[in-house]
Amino acid sequence: MSVLELDNVHKLFGDNHVLRGVDLTVDEHEVVVVIGASGSGKSTLMRTINLIERVDDGRILLSGDDITEPTVDVDKVRARIGVVFQHFNLFPHMRVIDNVTLAARKVHGTDADVARDRAIGLLDKFGLGEKVDDYPDRLSGGQQQRVAIVRAILTDPELLLLDEITSALDPMLVGEVLDLVRDLKAQGSTMLMATHEMSFAASVADRIVFMHAGRPLEVGTPDQIFGDPQQPETREFLARITHR
Amino acid sequence: MTERAAVEAWEPSSLELERRLARKRASRRSVLIALFSTVAFAALAWWAIVSSPGWEGVQQQFFSPEVARKAFPKVLEGLWLNIRVLFFATIVVAVLGTLLAVMRSLRGPVWFPVRALATGYTDLFRGLPVLIVLYLVGFGIPALNPESRISVAVLGTVGISLCYSAYVAEVLRAGMEAVHPSQRIAARSLGLSHAQTLRLVVIPQALRKVVPALMNDFVSMQKDVGLISVLGAVDAVRAAQIVTAQTYNFTPYVVAGLLFVALSFPMIRLTDAVQARMARREQIGGTV
Repeated sequence: MSVLELDNVHKLFGDNHVLRGVDLTVDEHEVVVVIGASGSGKSTLMRTINLIERVDDGRILLSGDDITEPTVDVDKVRARIGVVFQHFNLFPHMRVIDNVTLAARKVHGTDADVARDRAIGLLDKFGLGEKVDDYPDRLSGGQQQRVAIVRAILTDPELLLLDEITSALDPMLVGEVLDLVRDLKAQGSTMLMATHEMSFAASVADRIVFMHAGRPLEVGTPDQIFGDPQQPETREFLARITHR
Repeated sequence: MTERAAVEAWEPSSLELERRLARKRASRRSVLIALFSTVAFAALAWWAIVSSPGWEGVQQQFFSPEVARKAFPKVLEGLWLNIRVLFFATIVVAVLGTLLAVMRSLRGPVWFPVRALATGYTDLFRGLPVLIVLYLVGFGIPALNPESRISVAVLGTVGISLCYSAYVAEVLRAGMEAVHPSQRIAARSLGLSHAQTLRLVVIPQALRKVVPALMNDFVSMQKDVGLISVLGAVDAVRAAQIVTAQTYNFTPYVVAGLLFVALSFPMIRLTDAVQARMARREQIGGTV
């Protein structure tokens, strides 16, 4: 059974038809990378999966559960999905440790000490051991984003959504964040990520989805998409993004 | 370790030393100019008042040491009532104001009646003069049941709380709206409910943004509790009025006024300190 399954998902903002029938699956331990031009619907796709945006048609299944049903408890669904944002969105009034353990303590009912131990273990592992009691504003962008990733994975979500998590970072800091994502893949995390880092996408993705005009126009392994793209739009996009 | 050693080894260059000297000279000059102009202005103002034809009489009527000494204990006793009223009103205002702000921030058609109620409340009580609210509450509520004997201090507390919870609700709402929407999205994405998001993420940040405005309202309330004297409560203002009636001298009002200023002073300094601490903790500030 797939962790995530999208079936003919549509989303409109007024007259703007952003998602035009998206079909997509993400299997367990799979890393699917979504690429495409700005405005192709990547971010909207992420937000519909997380139920921040309500779909206007179609269904989304999370481990077989239809999460687009009106009766579904959105908070319970969101608790099963980890999200990392482009701009980190850490809570500036909380220390790193409180940011990271918030969901465990308040949503999952984990004992505060247990959550704390687990958080410190993960922060240590990702080189943030000394930042546990700092406030986020004292951290560099790369450190903040790594904290945000730890926050998203602390409760072992079924699915991780990474929405252009390196786009707001200094090129010097991109590497440390992407290394962390590689670690997560090695551990078997199931991930759906949108990115503009093509070389990273090529190295980490099991499958690449090229979004164009609100639809996955071409899907394939990195070798297929980057080496032998079938659609003219894919070729044009890749030519533009690699030659700038 | 190596970094620290490098810092210790560093000595400021002659260029930097010269700049520091120049800055010191410039700041010393600014302080002297400021000091001189302040003293000159104070002297001028003092001379203008003291040399006015009616000064003798004013000094007698408003600044009489004997009357001040006589009035002080009574006014102070009255001020204790103001402080108690202030204490309870602050609690009511904090709870009611937060509740109203949350009610007004609810989205979606389901919440329309609640939203409308909160909006109507804040519109009404922000518009009504405090004095009129005090009259309506202080004389209107007891008239509903002539048998009951509610103390005027309690009625005054209710009146003040009604007005100030409306002001505070608006300040809090502005603060909540100033918290970036991405914070809500991040909180909801973790699975936090709407109420948890407000309580743990939005309101703590909103409070930090509106601390100056809230403290301003608090200081304002601190002096408006003096208005409960119109209901007959013997507070600082009323006590001053009584002594004035006995002595035909206005000095007790000046005493009461100074006591109110003294009351607000620690709060004002505390606000500054709290804000400075928050600024240090959460961001690395520059010189501008």
